[in-house]
Amino acid sequence: MEFKDYYKALGVERTASDEEIKKAFRRLARKHHPDLSKAADAPARMQELNEAYEVLRDKEKRAAYDRVGQGAQAGQSFQPPPGWDSGFEFSGGPGEFGDEADHSAFFEALFGAARRGAARGRPGRGFDPGQARRGQDHHAKIVIPLEDSFHGATRQLTLHSPEMDASGNVTLHERTLQVSIPKGIRAGQQLRLAGQGSAGFGDGPRGDLYLEVEFEPHARWRVDGRDLYCTLRVAPWEAALGAAVNVDLPDGTVEMTVPAGSQTGRKLRLRGRGIPGSPPGDLYVLLEVVLPPARDDKARAAYRKMAEDLAFDPRANLGADA
Amino acid sequence: MNSSTISIGVCVAGEHALELEEFAAACGIEVSFVRVLVEEGLLAPAVERPAWRFGGEELARVRRICRLQRDFEANLQSVAVMLDLIDEIERLRAQLHRTGIAAS
Repeated sequence: MEFKDYYKALGVERTASDEEIKKAFRRLARKHHPDLSKAADAPARMQELNEAYEVLRDKEKRAAYDRVGQGAQAGQSFQPPPGWDSGFEFSGGPGEFGDEADHSAFFEALFGAARRGAARGRPGRGFDPGQARRGQDHHAKIVIPLEDSFHGATRQLTLHSPEMDASGNVTLHERTLQVSIPKGIRAGQQLRLAGQGSAGFGDGPRGDLYLEVEFEPHARWRVDGRDLYCTLRVAPWEAALGAAVNVDLPDGTVEMTVPAGSQTGRKLRLRGRGIPGSPPGDLYVLLEVVLPPARDDKARAAYRKMAEDLAFDPRANLGADA
Repeated sequence: MNSSTISIGVCVAGEHALELEEFAAACGIEVSFVRVLVEEGLLAPAVERPAWRFGGEELARVRRICRLQRDFEANLQSVAVMLDLIDEIERLRAQLHRTGIAAS
């Protein structure tokens, strides 16, 4: 397992005061919070910050961390010495900082046992060892191609979670799930997989796994809720005179009529051709008129002839000062 | 867990929307806190009658509320303001996205 330098994560000195640690955390949290930042690595950064702050803000955990961390470098292979935490008692309750999956294997190795111990004696929940309690629900994200929502699909998903064996060693446990994706699923919705969460306590049932669905970006389609948007490029004569053109859909092709007199930006709707469901979404086609390049004499002559034959001033309606 | 088994993903919506207790468990919060969030206007159940039911969007929203509360030590009023701003940004981003302008 890799040693984590929590001071470096927060950008503070090892001698930093509680106040400096808090300030550093707040500043970095505003920058990297996944709800505020669109950066792809924001969730990972925030997890790192939370973990560092959880340890360094707590006098007991910080002292323990400092003791095991003497001389260790970030990224180095690291095993805590046996019995390293004797003499420390971690009073912080469980679940202060979210799920187990929110912590690195390094954190779990140092503080996981204490946390789990506390979880079993969690005050207020009235848990006694003979009593059954349902396992925790877990959360993850799944990124699927848009086409899955049209056809339904089965996708393989790999989940990592730190788990502790009977002798107290932490390993990053990897498991693979085959997940059926129902037809008509939309981005932002959640799939519930019964019994795929944490094991229950006593005879309690397992928790569930919730998967938040996200679509892979698509070269052709833009998705908004149930509706699909795409841009259709048309020639000037198609837009002016009207035309029948073929439009590709995620589940086939449809012939669409471009009405005569269309301009760039015109929005055409194909009702019910968006994401399937009841009701299904709609498909919006945005027209973009593309001019043929005037590269040769023939093309230039055609444009000149249009200029002569058509009394057309595109700026006619712009007002006197334009 | 046998990896050749296929887990059936059920979309948390419509008839599979979560009841209050299930929803609170999935969010990792107490039922009483769900009630507070609804009373304070930060959360609306997907279905009101005959009993409250909650869908996936609400689940994601409460998890966001908890993250914001925790990471910024923010009170519910501040979280409500943050949520409104985040919603507005997402609405504007979606508008740009629909017209094919990439929001950076």
